[in-house]
Amino acid sequence: MRSTTTFLSVALLLSSTALASAETLRWARAGDALTLDPHSQNEGPTHTIRHQIYEPLIIRDVTGAFEPALATDWAPSETDPNVWVFNLREGVTFHDSAAFTAEDVVFSFERAKQPNSDMKELIGSITEVRAVDDYTIEIVTDGPNPILPSNLTNLFIMDKDWTEANDTVAVQDFEGGELTFATTNTNGTGPYIVQSREQDVRTVMTLNENYWGIDQFPLDVTEIVYTPIQNAATRVAAMLSGEIDFLQDMPVQDLERVNNADGLVVKQAPQNRVIFFGMNQGAEDIEADNVDGKNPLGDVRVRQAMSLAINRDAIQQVVMRGQSEPAGMIAPPFVNGWTEEMDASSATDLDKAKALMAEAGYEDGFSIRLDCPNDRYINDEAICQAAVGMLAQIGVTVNLDAKPKAQHFPLITDGKTDFYMLGWGVPTYDSEYIFNFLVHGRESDIGTWNGTGFDNDDLDAKIKSLASNTDLEARDQAIADIWKVVQDEQLYIPVHHQVLNWGMAERVGIEVDPEDQPKVKYFEIN
Amino acid sequence: MLAFVIRRVLQSLLVLLVVGAVAFSMFRFVGDPIDNMLGQERTQEDIDRLRGQLGLDQPFVVQYVKFLQGAVQGNFGVSYRQGRPVSDILMERAPATLELAAVSGVLAIGIGIALGVFTAIRRDGFAANAIMSLSLIGVSLPTFLIGILLIYLFSVELGWLPSFGRGETVRIGGWTTGFLTESGLKALILPSITLGLYQMTLIMRLVRSEMLEVLRQDYIRFARARGLRERAVNFRHALKNTLVPVITVTGLQLGSIIAFAIITETVFQWPGVGLLFINAIQFVDIPVMAAYLMLISVMFVGINLIVDLLYFAIDPRLRADKTAAH
Repeated sequence: MRSTTTFLSVALLLSSTALASAETLRWARAGDALTLDPHSQNEGPTHTIRHQIYEPLIIRDVTGAFEPALATDWAPSETDPNVWVFNLREGVTFHDSAAFTAEDVVFSFERAKQPNSDMKELIGSITEVRAVDDYTIEIVTDGPNPILPSNLTNLFIMDKDWTEANDTVAVQDFEGGELTFATTNTNGTGPYIVQSREQDVRTVMTLNENYWGIDQFPLDVTEIVYTPIQNAATRVAAMLSGEIDFLQDMPVQDLERVNNADGLVVKQAPQNRVIFFGMNQGAEDIEADNVDGKNPLGDVRVRQAMSLAINRDAIQQVVMRGQSEPAGMIAPPFVNGWTEEMDASSATDLDKAKALMAEAGYEDGFSIRLDCPNDRYINDEAICQAAVGMLAQIGVTVNLDAKPKAQHFPLITDGKTDFYMLGWGVPTYDSEYIFNFLVHGRESDIGTWNGTGFDNDDLDAKIKSLASNTDLEARDQAIADIWKVVQDEQLYIPVHHQVLNWGMAERVGIEVDPEDQPKVKYFEIN
Repeated sequence: MLAFVIRRVLQSLLVLLVVGAVAFSMFRFVGDPIDNMLGQERTQEDIDRLRGQLGLDQPFVVQYVKFLQGAVQGNFGVSYRQGRPVSDILMERAPATLELAAVSGVLAIGIGIALGVFTAIRRDGFAANAIMSLSLIGVSLPTFLIGILLIYLFSVELGWLPSFGRGETVRIGGWTTGFLTESGLKALILPSITLGLYQMTLIMRLVRSEMLEVLRQDYIRFARARGLRERAVNFRHALKNTLVPVITVTGLQLGSIIAFAIITETVFQWPGVGLLFINAIQFVDIPVMAAYLMLISVMFVGINLIVDLLYFAIDPRLRADKTAAH
């Protein structure tokens, strides 16, 4: 089986190079997709590969705005506030040439709600999806859900008949090590068809000649060869030697080198990820400090002083080599609820910080342990090291404890750290997502990443009400009110927004997607 | 004889069990796999369910015994990262590592012996001294640095050879080979030099010192006195007698070539078991880590066992002592 696919891909490779207009995109990044099952594993690189093969109802363009994919338009129902109506695109076919209809959408949503599905949380509010006719569906939620479309941009649609015929209706039991047909075989409506795939080694895809948008999008790339390259130096070397046309996960220190190389450019955009420090303010006494009987982080003046001591411009220039945007709030710029005013980073003011420390009774400072990852965010450990020096200036002696992410994140979710670094991205582009995970008091299914011990019942009620508030103006006001509390309480110390860099050959034309999700159908080759 | 073999085998098994136990007790310090497996949207309930499902809530002794029970039946469990049986993944990755190790080994032995003989015969020549000095690089520079330097020179600056991957491979039965395509052969050059350089310099220095020793022997002088040609003396008489220790060392080094392929494979994105192991550590993929460590220890213990038995067969003193004691 494998030998025939290899043979086929070699044959295709030969035949495609024979065509005059054939363009191969040789694409590399650090990691590979974990599976091809559309509803298993809600994870970035996995979604990236799926986006070439499968399509959701709606996608986001590079500005974060919605763009129709398999749905042409959508709106809340005029009669029932709990219902959204989606009109589907006509004349779309799957790779095996079966027609796409409402039945496939209903089926895919049901599949994505199975217990083994990793997408079930995102569509947890959906109670029913029904087909009105072949090209109209209604999605019923358990209450009004104003931001439902935001949760559908990575929800891929499968063909009902193909899935049933191949006995792969059940979502892969990933943890149980189940291998289903859909794990390694695909049949989407997307612009590219998988020709061969060896996990962690190489994936080859070719253009779907029958794609519905063949005339609407550039679709200059006729073949994609995707290779994960783990070692950063090797990745850059492969780009410099011309073996790669398009590179994600660029190491910051090599940006200039690639940009100065002949025929290569680096493009950048603010990424959907903000980096910040969290402080355990809720505990009576914390373990990681040298103060007995009380918790210095429980005093808002101490938290403010610590924030004032962080020199964000220095971190940007020295640690990040310019590759970051200093932040004043823990929301990325395109998220609903973000304001320029709140995000304007507070200037470093050591005198004011020292005064606040003295006012709080800590003029002699204290010492505390900072937990930091060393393999998750761009230069994460170096940022923490810089913060150690900055906080020392106001008398806070920081003992840095940097660990791999696999050891660091459990500290936060298990409440075993009092001062930690965390980064956050917002897939729904709405502040509610941030509040649910980082501001709401910690419970078993909400506030799971809130390691600050902050728990305010009134605020929690306000956060919960956002989910069903269909009056968008009132909802935005509520979001602004919640942000005010977060800012006044200095719940977190924001550091910066990460900047995303894509390296590419000059002949490749594409703008950087803030979610780090390149969609090859937009690529132009000159 | 039989008693000796049985005792050796039992000792080897004990070593394996201890290695496995140490490995399992260490896994908890690598981190928590649950965090990598579930996305940031997971709830405490999901975490508890998965922890129970994977048996991670049990003490490491229980986990280890379960692993052993599966392992003796050839079942190494399921990879947390890839969601596929570990034995399948290892089988898929083994050809890449074995081919690389084989080419590195051949390079190391071939070039190592040739240069060793050359530097011994021309011990005061300029070329021999230059080679000896250069060989210090092979012994002292770390593998990843050699790899990066080679990539920089031959891929980035000269553009002759690929910087990563295995090139096109051809599948024959359950084996994928890079020997049959041009890109596959080209892709082998840099990684095999990187991996074999240390062994090459080691063999070269060993051959040289053994040769110098042998060339001083009386029988070499007599051979020369008999008027034999220089080539016959050097290769037929001298080299042959230097090879016994060389073969012993080479055999033991074979294990390390496979085990230390980890670094070379990471630098060159070589899709072998070493790269798989590095991925597994980062993701805390316990089944893959456990299977790999067990496999490597089986290999080392096996090689040592064979060497022990060979000594027993070759060296009559071992047997004589035993019979005398009884």
